[in-house]
Amino acid sequence: MTPYLDYTVGAPVADTRAPAGPIEQRWDRRRFEAKLVNPANRRRHTVIVVGTGLAGASAGATLAEQGYRVVQFCFQDSPRRAHSIAAQGGINAAKNYRNDGDSVRRLFYDTVKGGDFRARESNVHRLAQISVEIIDQCVAQGVPFAREYGGLLDTRSFGGVQVQRTFYARGQTGQQLLLGAYQALSRQIAGGGVEMHPRTEMLDLVVVDGRARGIVARDLVTGEVSTHLADAVVLATGGYGNVFHLSTNAKNSNATAVWRAHRRGAWFGNPCFTQIHPTCIPRSGDHQSKLTLMSESLRNDGRIWVPKAAGDTRPPGEIPEAERDYYLERMYPSFGNLVPRDIASRAAKAVCDEGRGVGPGGQGVYLDFADAIARLGRDTVSARYGNLFEMYERITAEDPYRVPMRIYPAVHYTMGGLWVDYDLQTTVPGLFAIGEANFSDHGANRLGASALMQGLADGYFVLPPALNDYLARQESEPLDPGHPQVEAVRQEVVERLDRLLSVRGDRTPESFHRELGRIMWDECGMARNDAGLRRALARIPELRQEFWRRVTVPGTGESLNQQLEKANRVADHLELAELMCLDALHRTESCGGHFREESRTEQGEALRDDEAFSYAAAWEFTGTGRAPVLHREQLDFEYVHPTQRSYA
Amino acid sequence: MNLTLRIWRQAGPDDPGGFSTYRVGDISPDMSFLEMLDTLNETLALRGEEPVAFDHDCREGICGACGMVIDGQAHGPQPTTTCQLHMRHFEDGATVDVEPWRAAAFPVVKDLVVDRSALDRVIGAGGYITAPTGSAPEAHATPVPKEAADAAFEHAACIGCGACVAACPNGSAMLFTAAKVVHLNLLPQGAPERSSRVRGMVGAMDAEDFGGCTNTGECATACPKGIPLSAISALNREFLRGTLR
Repeated sequence: MTPYLDYTVGAPVADTRAPAGPIEQRWDRRRFEAKLVNPANRRRHTVIVVGTGLAGASAGATLAEQGYRVVQFCFQDSPRRAHSIAAQGGINAAKNYRNDGDSVRRLFYDTVKGGDFRARESNVHRLAQISVEIIDQCVAQGVPFAREYGGLLDTRSFGGVQVQRTFYARGQTGQQLLLGAYQALSRQIAGGGVEMHPRTEMLDLVVVDGRARGIVARDLVTGEVSTHLADAVVLATGGYGNVFHLSTNAKNSNATAVWRAHRRGAWFGNPCFTQIHPTCIPRSGDHQSKLTLMSESLRNDGRIWVPKAAGDTRPPGEIPEAERDYYLERMYPSFGNLVPRDIASRAAKAVCDEGRGVGPGGQGVYLDFADAIARLGRDTVSARYGNLFEMYERITAEDPYRVPMRIYPAVHYTMGGLWVDYDLQTTVPGLFAIGEANFSDHGANRLGASALMQGLADGYFVLPPALNDYLARQESEPLDPGHPQVEAVRQEVVERLDRLLSVRGDRTPESFHRELGRIMWDECGMARNDAGLRRALARIPELRQEFWRRVTVPGTGESLNQQLEKANRVADHLELAELMCLDALHRTESCGGHFREESRTEQGEALRDDEAFSYAAAWEFTGTGRAPVLHREQLDFEYVHPTQRSYA
Repeated sequence: MNLTLRIWRQAGPDDPGGFSTYRVGDISPDMSFLEMLDTLNETLALRGEEPVAFDHDCREGICGACGMVIDGQAHGPQPTTTCQLHMRHFEDGATVDVEPWRAAAFPVVKDLVVDRSALDRVIGAGGYITAPTGSAPEAHATPVPKEAADAAFEHAACIGCGACVAACPNGSAMLFTAAKVVHLNLLPQGAPERSSRVRGMVGAMDAEDFGGCTNTGECATACPKGIPLSAISALNREFLRGTLR
């Protein structure tokens, strides 16, 4: 057994800073109790925001509107390209425009239940409350949501829910919401409120006297490594799904910012809670560089099935109705094809494991629109999903109007992330984490159309008052850029990059990433067990050592060098992967997206162990490859009582 | 299948640059063009040569990061982004030319990577609706006719890849600018800034190194998101309206 497995248990999380009192009043109470910074004084405070996705762009724009001096970073060539742009299906809000029984209370309830009772109630309730303001804000910005003929907003259903509360802009909701936030940010950049650094990647966090005071970043074009100082740092850097190599994340999405922050003292919450999305286009070969999602909204009208008999290789059109198994409709009659993602993914894996999968390698199930086209007509189906159908056809050369889509689960989202309190502050004072980068609102499984909601809630509405409060309570003294601790961090970054460039080995960063991804998918993917996780925990440190011995990075650090960028990200993935596996090993229950084969009900569903695991795991870093310290945040459910989730 | 690639290599903005020839074998028809370049880059890296630099990120046709001129066409022979162009559209044994976007306003950073920040500056000059956080009225306070909302969406689908500029013989950014002006000016929420928006954005566009529009229409042909050429006439109308009043 490696020493890494001998983690110790530290003091539990003493205070989440969530206000007391009735849950409906907590957010109001926090806003009232939060200290304010006089508008005239805000310009004197500098806030660094890293990332320009929904959370980062909305935070940067809002903080600048309020008068703070914002310095913002993204590694893309433009803030408009952050990966929020790829979100397809929609954004939830408890508007109850349909009069179908929706309410803030129901969105709160659905989210806590959907997360399999592993989220903090106070945060989730706040998210549900804010959801309605987000839609107002986005409409005011000109986000072209889908509308009914009367001119009012249209909504649709999403998984795990029996009301229609998902607002959408065809299959490009993330794009339209991000462009709204990007445009608000652009207004601030043009007006001087935000100093924007595109093509600049954060490589480390500067902590001085126990507070986050800045970052070290590399200009990806010139290679210059520079230090930027501030009064607070906000990480809006997204999730870590790319640890798996193949995922629906963008190719350059990475965990470096959160991992570096973790190494500097920010605890990492529930790293094993990763979401496998049920509807992605299956892999076509070893050349595959990423996986493409097909929006969950397709499950509104598409029916999922496989042949009843294993090894049935007939084309789908030749398989008669009676020989098809619409397994989700059969197993979960009340939610049918709209069960939550974790359940739909595991069911797909189960039927493929039985040898009933379709397509090359039997790694796929059908998503069939024949009934919908017969019922609604091709035009209606096209109006709802046209762009998704086109995308599918471009990638697979198959026409989904005529042949059912083939889909298979893929890594999509990470519920885990930096541990934050009610104010989205990490355990490093002055360091905040928003959007997918934090662990806060989705528990062990995120419901569809809730990521966009959370990103914008954090950036537009939750972070700004929290930051006011933090800054109002600090003595703001400018930090000397020559402070030895500042220079030391910069020096560490430079040395690390030099090391990557100087190995000159015989394997590319991509080959290590691919190998790591295979380990993680096999042992820490849709289903996990003790033996597999131990295998991964033995193999990952070996791979990490091999990486530092054998990696090759051509070129120099003084210009655009995409291999160097990649190598640095893979190096961090090789550390984070280990913590993900340890977290998965220690949590011997199943919950949400975390499915331990040892812990299941007689029907094969995830079986929670509330006695032992009704907590969020917050891990403290102690050194590379050294056993971390576990801090437990006990979760109390005062309003939604934990039950075995049932969607049958 | 096998291809011969003639790829533009350029160390930096001041380097004159030139074509280098590479042979790539074992290409699967299901690969995207970028995955094919990935395999080339893996080979180059293992030989200790510098891989070909190109911008890319989402690889599902929505972030707008990728873009290269393939055999003289922006994003290549299909009406899609480079990341969504699959190798099944190429002939085995063919020679394919790969170049960066060519436009005065998009200086080459390295190889196939160009600087498109001029597009961000055009947006910053008015491509938004001023609605500070917290100030929004209830979303249903102003119904928007479905036709207007749908047309706004179609123009809002622009991904800012710059193919329109690269395809235009004049290097004009009219289609890009028009798409945003039409999107926002069609909506009631965009009405108060209707005139200042179009003036600001056109002014910013003129201040960059973009050329003028001569109605060639190459932009709309190259656009992977199908922004219609009619957007440009709408932009001209808006501009006239915004300057005469």
